[in-house]
Amino acid sequence: MLKIMLSVLLVAVFATGCEPNVKPDAGASTAQQPSPQNTQTDEGAQVGGLNEAGASGGQAIAGQEQNVSYEKAAINDPNSVLAERVIYFDFDSDQIGQNYLTLLEHHGKYLAANPDVKLRLEGHADERGTREYNVALGNRRAQAVKRLILFQGANASQVDVISYGEEKPVALDHDEAAWRLNRRVELVYIVN
Amino acid sequence: MKKILLALFVQLFILQSASAVLRIEITKGVEGAAPIAIIPFVVKGNIPVNVSDVVTSDLQRSGKFAPLEKQKLLATPTTPEQVNYKLWRVAGVDHVVIGEVSEVSPGQYDTVFRLLDVFKGKQVLGYQFRDTAKTLRSRAHEISDLIYEKITGQKGAFDTYIAYITVERKVGMQPRYKLQVADTDGYNPQTVLTSSQPIMSPSWSPDGTRLAYVSFEDKRSEIYIQNLATRQREKIALSRGINGSPAWSPDGTQLAIAMSKGSGNPDIYLLSLASRKLTQLTRNWGIDTEPAWMPDGKSLVFTSSRSGKPKIYRKSVSGGQAKRLTFEGDYNANAQISPNGESMAFVNGSGNVFRIAIMDLATGYTQVLTDGKLDESPSFAPNGSMILYATQDGQRGVLAAVSSDGRFKQKLVLSEGDVREPTWAPFKNNAH
Repeated sequence: MLKIMLSVLLVAVFATGCEPNVKPDAGASTAQQPSPQNTQTDEGAQVGGLNEAGASGGQAIAGQEQNVSYEKAAINDPNSVLAERVIYFDFDSDQIGQNYLTLLEHHGKYLAANPDVKLRLEGHADERGTREYNVALGNRRAQAVKRLILFQGANASQVDVISYGEEKPVALDHDEAAWRLNRRVELVYIVN
Repeated sequence: MKKILLALFVQLFILQSASAVLRIEITKGVEGAAPIAIIPFVVKGNIPVNVSDVVTSDLQRSGKFAPLEKQKLLATPTTPEQVNYKLWRVAGVDHVVIGEVSEVSPGQYDTVFRLLDVFKGKQVLGYQFRDTAKTLRSRAHEISDLIYEKITGQKGAFDTYIAYITVERKVGMQPRYKLQVADTDGYNPQTVLTSSQPIMSPSWSPDGTRLAYVSFEDKRSEIYIQNLATRQREKIALSRGINGSPAWSPDGTQLAIAMSKGSGNPDIYLLSLASRKLTQLTRNWGIDTEPAWMPDGKSLVFTSSRSGKPKIYRKSVSGGQAKRLTFEGDYNANAQISPNGESMAFVNGSGNVFRIAIMDLATGYTQVLTDGKLDESPSFAPNGSMILYATQDGQRGVLAAVSSDGRFKQKLVLSEGDVREPTWAPFKNNAH
């Protein structure tokens, strides 16, 4: 079942991945996504380490069929895969990297298993480009994450979307190292 | 006759005052700026504003005048009779300004100024004003406007305001976002709104009495209209998703806004302020945002990603096809139309470089005006002479201005924090 779902997801992503949307910065390939654990909340413009597993990371986790708990309290477990709550993007793109598919599947399943839990998806952009366009871009990113998460059966009313555009950077420098940390969707759980 | 040459990339003057929050640096001067001698005004009594210094700064900032430095003034006449026109002609000066400010009673100030044309050998402008301490600085800007208009034939925009957003970030503290309004030279900054959440996209009402803006204070992007005199404000256009990019119609009756209404993409809507009726203007799969009105109010330009990357389009308020206007560069966004409707300023991005460009709407001829890396948020002066925009100065966001022909540039540096999204107010007399 899980494998079928995953392949459906992959097909969906590849289908949207074919559009001729050129990405001007090749600097942030999926193999170089920063590790979100280091960067979730600190404002210190700290650049996280690189996720060496890269694009194959998602498949590796899926292949292991690892035992992920969707108990309500699992969201408080720092060792759970659910503790990873930032999705990073390429410039001017709302395409979700393959390495996030399994992660978002787990978040979707957790949400579906806990109908009283709510999730706020906060979309962000880097500082390049205009501010209102970046609000729209952050919104597209958050909506793309929402679509994948809802695929696991959670109720649409559990997921709220907001975009801050480029207004709330986590990294304040003006270079690719900072920009790639700022092009993100943060998953913020509201657990009663 | 020797033309006075403003040195390129030289800091010419720094405004000095405890109340000056923005410091102005002229970063590129113009050869051929008109030489003018502004004689320090005679001061009688205790005068709170140095009127002739304000006038000198204003005319210098316009890029169209080269005021003589004080120590280079050949003479300091105080009455028209004392002006030796032959002397100024030899010095290559076109105009001389003289004046006097006197405290006629406690807190009451009379200003007299005269503009003298050196070649005609006579006075061409003269006024007398009465002010309080509160109005005297604004009066100095008005004097600059009168001189500017008399000589250039174009209305001056010194006695107007600018609105902008500032952000202060301190370690361990929530950022502080502020919406501020100041004089065009950065003096008298007034805070309209302070928030720990982002504030964006200020837009002046055409009469200059209100600002529309976006605030995230309720963890959503929502549009507010705030009256600057009463400070009262009202939340409008509340829909799910994005409510952003407010742009006041030239007649003041409508706001163009970008709303996503819960879908992934914003479209442009027109909101009637009286009836609160909402009309959808654009409808497509891409991002449509950043509407700006043509001065006749009959059409709008906006940013759209319908062709893949952001480009500028124009559409009539009565509907019909949207026409694509920009084709150069990877990224064209946030257009603003000049007050005469003839040109369009916008953000032009290629690779990692974003600059302000201006397009002649009749011919499509496009010129990049600025040389920063992340220049954005262009805003025309109400007389169209200058474009105010946001740029980076090292690690900080600062404001800058460039003449519409790109020949003259200046920077406005805030004493601390980032400053961004400058928006030049309409002429004050639009309020009537």
